[in-house]
Amino acid sequence: MMELSPEELTAVRLSLRIAVVATLASLPFGVLVAYALARWRFPGKVLLDGLVHLPLVLPPVVTGYVLLLLFGRRGPIGSVLAETFGIVFSFRWTGAALACAVMGFPLMVRAIRLSIEAIDQRLEAAAGTLGANRPWTFVLITLPLALPGLMVGSILCFAKALGEFGATITFVSAIPGETQTISAAIYGLTQTPAGDAGALRLTLVSVAIALGALVVSEAVQRLARRKLAQFE
Amino acid sequence: MIRVDLHKRLGAFELAIAFESDGGVLALFGPSGSGKSATIALIAGLMRPDRGEIVLDGQPLVDTAQGVVVPPHARRIGLVFQDAQLFPHLTVKQNLLFGRWFTPRSERRIAFAPVVETLGIGHLLGRRPGRLSGGEKQRVAIGRALLSSPRLLLMDEPLAALDAERKQEILPLIERLRDEVRIPIVYVSHAVEEVARLAARVVVLANGRVAMAGAVEDVFGEGAAQAGESRFRRASFVTARVARHDTHWGLTELSHPAGTIWLAGSAGPPGRDCRVIVRATDVTLATAHPAGLSVRTALAGTVGRIEAGDGPLAIVTVDLAGHGHVLASATRKALAELDLAPGRPVFALIKTVALDEQAVAVVPP
Repeated sequence: MMELSPEELTAVRLSLRIAVVATLASLPFGVLVAYALARWRFPGKVLLDGLVHLPLVLPPVVTGYVLLLLFGRRGPIGSVLAETFGIVFSFRWTGAALACAVMGFPLMVRAIRLSIEAIDQRLEAAAGTLGANRPWTFVLITLPLALPGLMVGSILCFAKALGEFGATITFVSAIPGETQTISAAIYGLTQTPAGDAGALRLTLVSVAIALGALVVSEAVQRLARRKLAQFE
Repeated sequence: MIRVDLHKRLGAFELAIAFESDGGVLALFGPSGSGKSATIALIAGLMRPDRGEIVLDGQPLVDTAQGVVVPPHARRIGLVFQDAQLFPHLTVKQNLLFGRWFTPRSERRIAFAPVVETLGIGHLLGRRPGRLSGGEKQRVAIGRALLSSPRLLLMDEPLAALDAERKQEILPLIERLRDEVRIPIVYVSHAVEEVARLAARVVVLANGRVAMAGAVEDVFGEGAAQAGESRFRRASFVTARVARHDTHWGLTELSHPAGTIWLAGSAGPPGRDCRVIVRATDVTLATAHPAGLSVRTALAGTVGRIEAGDGPLAIVTVDLAGHGHVLASATRKALAELDLAPGRPVFALIKTVALDEQAVAVVPP
C-alpha cells in the first residue's frame, strides 16, 4: 500500500528537481532585484516593484497563460530563445521550473530586500573609506550580512515551487515524466476512479517534504538568529 | 595639507565652508546641526558637493569646475565614526586588516603590531565586535582606520558615545597619533575640553558657515564672546610650567607669574609647558587673597573687560600678572557690591577639583 508506483516516484523526483532548479536559478536575479529595490533610485522603480509582486496577486492561471503567451514556441521571447539559444520552455520541465520561479520570485525578493534594508549603510560607507570599491563592498559586507535573508528567501521560494499548480499546468500542462509534478499527479489521480490510494501516498510524501522544508527553515533561522545575536 | 572649499544644499540647509589645515589636529567645532558631520561626509567622499574643491597634499580630490570627483575608496582618507561601525560579521583582527588589504603594499606605512600594542587590543583580536564594550569598539575602529595608512584621518565625535572614564582612556591614544604617528587629523567635536586638549587650530561652524577659525586660545576666548556663547561654553587658557608633583597629596604644582596653580593628578615631568583649560563657571572673584577657603589656586590680576547686558550675569576678563587672562562668570549684583570695575586689582580663584589631567594639554614646543 505504501510502496510508490514508478509513475508516482517520477512525479516526486521531478517536483524536487523543478523546485531546486527554480530556486537556484532565480537566486542571482532575486539578489539583484532586491538590491536595486532596496538601495537604488531609478525611474520605473515602482513599476519593477509591481511587476515582481504581480504573480502574488494574480490568479495563478493568469500568470501561466501570460507565460504561455510570452515564452511559448511562437511567443515573442520563447521564439527568440528557441532560435538563438535552443532553449525551449513550452511543455518541458524547464518550463515548469520557469513557472515555479516566477511564482516564488516575489517571496524571495521580499525576504532578501528586507534583510538588505536592515543593513546600516554606514557599514558600507566605512568599507568605502577603507579602500573597498562598490563590488568589493557588496561581496565582503552587504552579501554576508544579507545571508539570513537569502536563506529565508530561498526556502520560501522552494516551498512555493513545490506546491505550485495553477501556473504550471496552464503553461506546460501535466505530461507524466516531463511536467507532471506532485500536485498535478495528485489532481490527476483524484479524477480517476482507482486513484485514491495513489493520491493518498503522494499527499503523505508532500506532507513529509513540506515538514522537512519547515524543519530545515527553522534550523536555518535559528542559526541565523544566533549569528545575528553574536553580532549585536 | 588639506584645503577645503565646499557648497552643498541639503533641503533647507545650506553648507558653504572653506578652511585649510597644514597638519596636526584641526578641530571642527559647533553645535549639532551646524554642518560638522556633513563636512566630514563631503571630505570622505560619502556625499558629493554641489560645487567646490578639496585638495589633499596637492592632489585635487574634488574639483567640480574640472569635473573631478575621486570616489571614497580611492581617496585614502580614514574615517572614525562616532559609533565605531565595526563589521559585525568579521572578527576584530579581520576588521583591523580590512583596509590594509586594499592598501597598495608600497603605501603601507603603518604596521599591524605597533598599532595593536598602542591601542591595547591584542587580547581582543579573535573576538567579534558584538562582544566588545564601547571603549574597546572605538579603539578597534581607530586601529582599523589607521591600518589603511590614510593620508588624513577624520574623526567624527569619536568620544561622544563614551563615558568619562573611557574618554580618559582614549584621549591619550589620539594624542599619541598626533605626536608619534604624526598623522593629520580633522577632529569633530562639541566638547571644549577635547578640542582644547587635542587641537592647535579650530574651525567653528554655525548654520553651515565658518563662524570663526584660528588658534584654540583665540577662538574660545575672544571669538566665543563675539559669538555670544553662554557662560557654559566660555573658557580661557592659561599657559603655565610644571614645577613639581606632590606625591603625598596627589597634586601637581604649576608655576605662573600670577600665582601657583594646583591640579589634581599628574601633568607630566617638571619643566613642561601646559595649557590649562579654565571654564568661566569654575572661576570665583575675590578682592583680597582668600583665607579660610578650601580653594588652593588664587591668581592675581586686574579686571579687564566686563561683558554685561541687562541679564543677571556677566563675564569678567581678568588680566593676569605676567601674561594671559582668565574668564570668570559672576552675577552683576556681585560685581556691583564688590565694586569691580576695569583696572581694579582682583584675585581669580579656581577650585582645584575643576582642574585635573583632563583639563591639561601639552603645549607643542
